[in-house]
Amino acid sequence: MTKPLVPFSRRALMAGLGGALAMPAIRPAFGQAAPIKVGVLHSLSGTMAISETALRDTVLMMVEWINGRGGLLGRRVEAAVVDPASNWPLFAEKARELLQVAKVDVTFGCWTSVSRKSVLPVFEELNGLLFYPVQYEGEEQSRSIFYTGAAPNQQAIPAVEYLMGKDGGEAKRIALLGTDYVYPRTTNRILRGYLNSKGITDADIMEEYTPFGHSDWQGIVSRVKTFAAQGKKTAIVSTINGDANVPFYRELGNQGIKAEDIPCVAFSVGEEELAGIDARPLVGHLAAWNYFMSVQAPANTEFKNTWQAYIKNPRRVTNDPMEATLVGFKMWAQAVAQANSTAVDAVREAMYGQKVDAPCGYSLEMHRNHHLAKPVMIGEIQADGQFSIVSRTPTTIVAENWSPFIPENANRRRG
Amino acid sequence: MTRALFLIVLLLAASLPAHAQDAFLDALAGLAGGFTQQAEAAERLGAGGDPRALPVLRALADGRLLKRPDNTLLIRADAGVTEAATGAAADAAGAEPVRINNRVRVALRGAIGRLALVSPDAAERAAAAEAVYRTRSAENIPLLEAALARESVPRIRDQMALALAASRLVAADATVQRQGIAALAGAGTEGARALLLEARNATPALGPEIDAALVSLDRVIAVKRAAETLYQGLSLGSVLLLAALGLAVTFGVMGVINMAHGEFVMLGAYATVVVQDACRGIPWLEPWSLPLAVPAAFLVAGLAGAMLERGLIRHLYGRPLETLLMTFGVGMILQQAVRLAFGAQNREVISPAWMMGTLELPGGLMVTQNRLWVIVFSLVVLGLTIAAIRFTRFGLEMRAVTQNRRIAATMGIRTGRVDALTFAFGSGIAGMAGVALSQIDNVSPNLGTGYIIDSFMVVVFGGVGSLAGTLVGALSLGVVNKLLEPYAGAVLAKVAVLVGLMLFIQRKPRGLFPQKGRAAG
Repeated sequence: MTKPLVPFSRRALMAGLGGALAMPAIRPAFGQAAPIKVGVLHSLSGTMAISETALRDTVLMMVEWINGRGGLLGRRVEAAVVDPASNWPLFAEKARELLQVAKVDVTFGCWTSVSRKSVLPVFEELNGLLFYPVQYEGEEQSRSIFYTGAAPNQQAIPAVEYLMGKDGGEAKRIALLGTDYVYPRTTNRILRGYLNSKGITDADIMEEYTPFGHSDWQGIVSRVKTFAAQGKKTAIVSTINGDANVPFYRELGNQGIKAEDIPCVAFSVGEEELAGIDARPLVGHLAAWNYFMSVQAPANTEFKNTWQAYIKNPRRVTNDPMEATLVGFKMWAQAVAQANSTAVDAVREAMYGQKVDAPCGYSLEMHRNHHLAKPVMIGEIQADGQFSIVSRTPTTIVAENWSPFIPENANRRRG
Repeated sequence: MTRALFLIVLLLAASLPAHAQDAFLDALAGLAGGFTQQAEAAERLGAGGDPRALPVLRALADGRLLKRPDNTLLIRADAGVTEAATGAAADAAGAEPVRINNRVRVALRGAIGRLALVSPDAAERAAAAEAVYRTRSAENIPLLEAALARESVPRIRDQMALALAASRLVAADATVQRQGIAALAGAGTEGARALLLEARNATPALGPEIDAALVSLDRVIAVKRAAETLYQGLSLGSVLLLAALGLAVTFGVMGVINMAHGEFVMLGAYATVVVQDACRGIPWLEPWSLPLAVPAAFLVAGLAGAMLERGLIRHLYGRPLETLLMTFGVGMILQQAVRLAFGAQNREVISPAWMMGTLELPGGLMVTQNRLWVIVFSLVVLGLTIAAIRFTRFGLEMRAVTQNRRIAATMGIRTGRVDALTFAFGSGIAGMAGVALSQIDNVSPNLGTGYIIDSFMVVVFGGVGSLAGTLVGALSLGVVNKLLEPYAGAVLAKVAVLVGLMLFIQRKPRGLFPQKGRAAG
């Protein structure tokens, strides 16, 4: 149902020709209508730049793609890029600037939950539209936000279920390690509730938090070793975020923690993060996502080729939040075309039920709860930093953004 | 369908030469199946004891086993590609590596361990004993007894005895199990403790004996754990020492509050990256890239320091607030400059093989090698710094200028030049710290910001102007931090150390080793 992405080379050729011959007529004709504006709200500096820069590039690639096939509603699409600099209050200011000054029709942005919480009131107040592409802790549903990443039941819970299953090594004790902010703490609260419901008591759960950018992991890793030496199979569940993962995995490797003995499943470690680590000592440790670069699907081949051509680096990797950005962008474009308008209320109505053949190899659908139904995949780290997919759900799973494992949600959950 | 057909063909082929091969070929086919079949096949191949199974299993574990679309298994080696079943040369066209998961990996480890117990190579036998220890199956008892009887290397004998004890522990016979308990109680490792606890859960009848064994075992483990904590504290302390040493010179001796100190550390780390990139592809140079980076980092950071001192700081002597603000700004400029030059992404630094993994000290204490080298390196840098200040002409002039600038000047010392050299020296030490930190932290433009507060903390705690104070201050802060960590967590431990430090400074504002005499002014 979606047309293939236009390869970069043709666009480049066209732009080159246009420049060289100075013939404006060669550029795609977009008529006189004002362009459609797409806001990009990702940190391009500061601690999160490492992860978010690739998402900015993904949105720009998609803008180029849509203009290459004639724009949207016969109008050109233009990107308005701002840099909130990993500074959470600045996110809200920049969001306001995008909506009121640049007058964008839609915004793609945010990575950390704390930045999303910061912009949410702005988008609700000014009736904006935000596409949020990262897996998160749930416990939220705003009419102004479409969540294209995973909710806890689409990532965290299936991953722990896998660890407790036969293929995952039948873990009976779980060490929950995380970075100290809202996403890991909420996710671990949900996981604790889930583990308790499966008969794993609090005595068999260890929970530790470290600040962003933590680098001295020797104490924690040796405590995990002690925790594991209690006669029950142990596994690590990591919600460690950002570059703290590099020294963490190095310490795991140096202390000889093999995946055969204590497997570690991570929720925020993807291809991009592994690109900076020697992955050989980590073979067999796991990650749970809804997309891996190693997925075999025509839509994925196309995604990888387009991305590597756009970024002019044949070895550059793709990852899950990038895929979620692409899916969100395509859905928004389809919804605009269907509504024949970029008005937020019309687009929101048109979003429900939109489907996209995603690079993860499944057809994803946007539900009325503003979340996608997504497949869950578990991958094992390979020596080359890619993931070998060892388990995947046969169908997509509907998101439960209000987790049943948080007691306060009992009143909230209604049909 | 095709798999069944293939099995039949294989069986037919196998029945021709000899019946003894049936089991091997039959099990081999399972390695091309799903994860469950693979795990079962690996176990059967391990139990079968056929020597031809070993290269196949090893190839699978290393990702060198390939599968053609018709399920023929091939082994890729340096010498070329061969067929797994026959050993005949084969064509790898169209073949894909066979994928495995952790469950298969566990089965492979056990199977390879069983088969390699009789290997002529000592290192292989040691690895095999370790693998069998972790697999622990009662079926391995006779095999281990036989291997133990033949073994002559004491270290491998110990490991085999341990493996035998672990295997006996899961036997059905209580007398055999008791033998295992006694042997494991003497092992003194947390792994042995885990095995004993597991056995107690499985066989409650053995409870009293296991509990008695655990008491003696726990005593050994407690001592080991204390030693481990001490090591981790020393390791953290050595990082603090490295970061603070340069500051002990620029702040402690010269009195310059240099907020860009962390950025000099960062420059040293990036110098390491550049040197490593330059060495890449030159085989004889590659292992030496890290030692080579040390002088390079010293020069780069030292040069930057000299430029900063001559260009800016010397105009601000005696105005600490302006110096603080100016160097803070310079730090941000340096960060952004590095970000523009090298990109915002973290840079990968390769650790040489001698810095990876753990080292077993006498007494069974395991220490990580990279941390050990950082400790050694920090002490060497400290020694060199002290030597430079004590025994060189530059050191003499430096001390003279800091003690009494005007008299030093009348003696013919060019004080301006000494200031620049001293600041460059301190900055160069910070650069060398960057080489070590590149091995344990991320090399990113904001590498230095994480260390600046810690550095000032150490220098103030140890006593401004005292290198011995810096050493004692860094190591004691590191150890205290690690002692608190298990109780308070990583974040709270640091908070507690800071609060303790504030109280200490209230009582002794000049730190642990206050300077005496007129120079202390």
